Amino acid sequence: MTTPQATASANQPARGATASEDTASTGKVATPLFAAPRKAVIVGGNRIPFARSGGAYAHSSNQDMLTAALDGLVARFGLADEEIGEVAAGAVLKHSRDFNLTREAVLGSALSATTPAYDLQQACATGMEAVIGLSNKIKLGQIDSAIAGGVDSASDAPIAVSEGLRAILLDLNRAKTMGQKVKIISRIRPKDLSPDAPSTGEPRTGLSMGEHQALTTAQWNITRQAQDELALASHKNLAAAYDHHFFDDLITPFRGLNRDSNMRADSSLEKLAKLKPAFGKSLGDAATMTAGNSTPLTDGASTVLLASEEWAAARDLPILADVLDGEAAAVDFVHGKDGLLMAPAFAVPRLLARNGLTLADIDYFEIHEAFAGTVLSTLAAWEDEEFGQTRLGLDGAFGSIDRAKLNVNGSSLAAGHPFAATGGRLVASLAKMLHERGPVDGRPARGLISVCAAGGQGVVAILEGR
Amino acid sequence: MSPQNKQNSQSKTSALHEKTDKYTEFVSRGFGKDLAKRLGLPQPAVLRRYTPNGPLVQGPILVLGQGAGADAVAQVLLDWHQDVRRHATPKEKLGAIVAVLDELEHPDQLSTPMLALGAALRDLNKNARVVTVSRVASISDAPAVAAARNGVDGIVRSLAKELRAGATANGILLANDIAAQAPSAVAALRFFLSARSAFVDGQFLTASSAGSTAAPDWDKPLNGSVAVVTGAARGIGASIARTLARDGATVLVVDVPAAGDHLAAVANEIHGTALQLDITSLDAGERILEHAISRYGRLDIVVHNAGITRDKLLANMDAAKWDSVIAVNIASQLRMNEAFLASSDFANNPRIISVASTSGIAGNRGQSNYAASKAGVMGMVRSTAPLLSERGGTVNAVAPGFIETDMTAKIPFATREVARRLNSLQQGGKPSDVAEAIAFFAQPQAAGVTANVLRVCGQNMVGQ
Repeated sequence: MTTPQATASANQPARGATASEDTASTGKVATPLFAAPRKAVIVGGNRIPFARSGGAYAHSSNQDMLTAALDGLVARFGLADEEIGEVAAGAVLKHSRDFNLTREAVLGSALSATTPAYDLQQACATGMEAVIGLSNKIKLGQIDSAIAGGVDSASDAPIAVSEGLRAILLDLNRAKTMGQKVKIISRIRPKDLSPDAPSTGEPRTGLSMGEHQALTTAQWNITRQAQDELALASHKNLAAAYDHHFFDDLITPFRGLNRDSNMRADSSLEKLAKLKPAFGKSLGDAATMTAGNSTPLTDGASTVLLASEEWAAARDLPILADVLDGEAAAVDFVHGKDGLLMAPAFAVPRLLARNGLTLADIDYFEIHEAFAGTVLSTLAAWEDEEFGQTRLGLDGAFGSIDRAKLNVNGSSLAAGHPFAATGGRLVASLAKMLHERGPVDGRPARGLISVCAAGGQGVVAILEGR
Repeated sequence: MSPQNKQNSQSKTSALHEKTDKYTEFVSRGFGKDLAKRLGLPQPAVLRRYTPNGPLVQGPILVLGQGAGADAVAQVLLDWHQDVRRHATPKEKLGAIVAVLDELEHPDQLSTPMLALGAALRDLNKNARVVTVSRVASISDAPAVAAARNGVDGIVRSLAKELRAGATANGILLANDIAAQAPSAVAALRFFLSARSAFVDGQFLTASSAGSTAAPDWDKPLNGSVAVVTGAARGIGASIARTLARDGATVLVVDVPAAGDHLAAVANEIHGTALQLDITSLDAGERILEHAISRYGRLDIVVHNAGITRDKLLANMDAAKWDSVIAVNIASQLRMNEAFLASSDFANNPRIISVASTSGIAGNRGQSNYAASKAGVMGMVRSTAPLLSERGGTVNAVAPGFIETDMTAKIPFATREVARRLNSLQQGGKPSDVAEAIAFFAQPQAAGVTANVLRVCGQNMVGQ
């Protein structure tokens, strides 16, 4: 605990600090114009258990799952027929017919039909952005209550027709005479009939997310052992949290599933060590990423109830935590300058600096485990002097964290990762942990959430317990 | 889904729990009715169930008895705008007969009112009510007085077996110093007359004290009160939650986390809140109190409904089956009650109502563990009553007989068919029948009714 404090306090990126052109961070620390007029608080959350793709929710749509997550939240807080200020949620894998997914889910839920809603999408950071955006609206006084959410189904993913067939079908629709129609139909070739399934590949590099991370993992010399240990801790911590009834007021069962189906409470380092590499096979012996230390494709949905203090108090609802602040960052992974999932390594220093905090001021870290390698690469970057100096514009390394504060109730490696639903899971769980922790040294307990996302993005936030 | 669809799907879920069995439907009209009559098959009636704003009874009420008690009861009924008769008019169909027998001192005095009652029975409407009002027989009574009073017990139980077409007979027992028009007696009278007591037959309620003098709100008797119902995700528990909400209560529904999805649906339907909680956890009572007080500022009504069965002949019983039934069905209730009784927040005329079972009264092969727990509940209720009296509260139990639920739907067809006909009403009850009895005990007007075990069994042939 003393080590990170010593390291970190000396390494505050000063606002507007002069730095080399390489510096991605310090020149960009935003300064709030004025203090937020009022606070945005987290009342609680609800999610459905996360299911491995093709499992319990194989035949559930995004709308089914988001509606179920909303209804569980409504029941927990007695909000049936209540009009909420706004509901914002999204899905990464989304059918085009679901253009109004969140509003449709609201209409199918127990909420008042006069509750407005909108969809948003920022890859795996969708849920985080929903929380931050709605919190800002509450802070500004535009709304008094909000529900942030996210949902994803890898099982019920949209499959599009091929580009060739799509062009032909659109032409066909425009054709006027039978002759024209026959001519257009005759253009169809067998290859046009193969469907176009979505992938997690990056459009600009053609590499899957796992292949990208494999490069980063190798770059930061993260060992197989370290990744397997992180994966094991995730499973053990999540299982322990279930045993302590931690999730009794965070999860509502769905389709016969009571717990995250990916969780392996009986996992062991030996079992994890037996798995063959799944990503970075071209690296040969340096390939360290397996199915065990990477998240599986997952189905699930989550929601978080946000409010002004007054709104919560008027309904005698609990207040678990404040949404203090949030920050987004992006990296140039296309040209290989940084790893695809390394944006949080830049977002966190900026966010802490803006709030006058260091890593040592944080009591719980929730670093999304897209891959064990992502978490460990981020921590390695923060502990690296050169990275701190050349990329963050600091005097030295940004700092290290007390690993006992990291993902203490398990994270995505065990729970699974339904892309847009992960943010809501993290925010609701962390808010409850901070509330249960109570004040630390006379100040509110603080938690940091870090979520990486496709496209080289990252969204991070600070919560303060009540 | 449009909001309208939403409402439809909700009413569909409630309807699922509330269907009349197919046989009863078949023999209640047309060819089936004819056939059953010719073959001498049982002809269960389709019972009238309570709907808000519906009539109390279907037809005039004949009040029998000559004393001040009878006059007072007649006046109560007139105040309710009922059509009251003090003498039967031949051929006029009656909705109910109330026999006020509170002044009995000798069995000889039974003859006149009973013969008058008998003569009027032929004129009873379908789903009519016969209610007696008499006094509790106790060992301090003179032998002739006790004989007369206890005689009413035999009359009601026999008459209930004679009545047809959904009519029931029940009785109110007054403690010695309680008048027939005391609020608690009046509340019991209204319950027995109404469709709320559709599946209660051949039973007695005891009014041990006068009870509340506050002006009753019969349509929304639970307005402003906060209730908790355990095991509320489905079946009888869900119906209890719906019924308490219909009567005006704000309801906190509790069930194990694994039943959370069904629980959430119930909570949202009745505008309550869901608490996912295992009632066998040591702090369950405290957590229920905490939730109720922090969200609603009070807790008035506790319904211990959660229960499990783990049936085995005693010779084949194992510790897991025995212990889990005791832990869920009775030990948890004892522990939670301790927490409630220790709280100053549960002190304003509080109500505890436990769901027992006819298995706990008559016993049931293969259910020694379950019967132990349910008989235990009745013992607990009787000895908890004085503790609640100190704070103006009551504690009672409702013992359901054969109720049509998901649980009883799993009984093999033939066994189920026999089980549901083995009562005077020749059918299984509905979850709402149990719920209505519980809602009655929760009413402020029932403040003088405590330590009762009310069977909701259609007068099942077994036990008392």
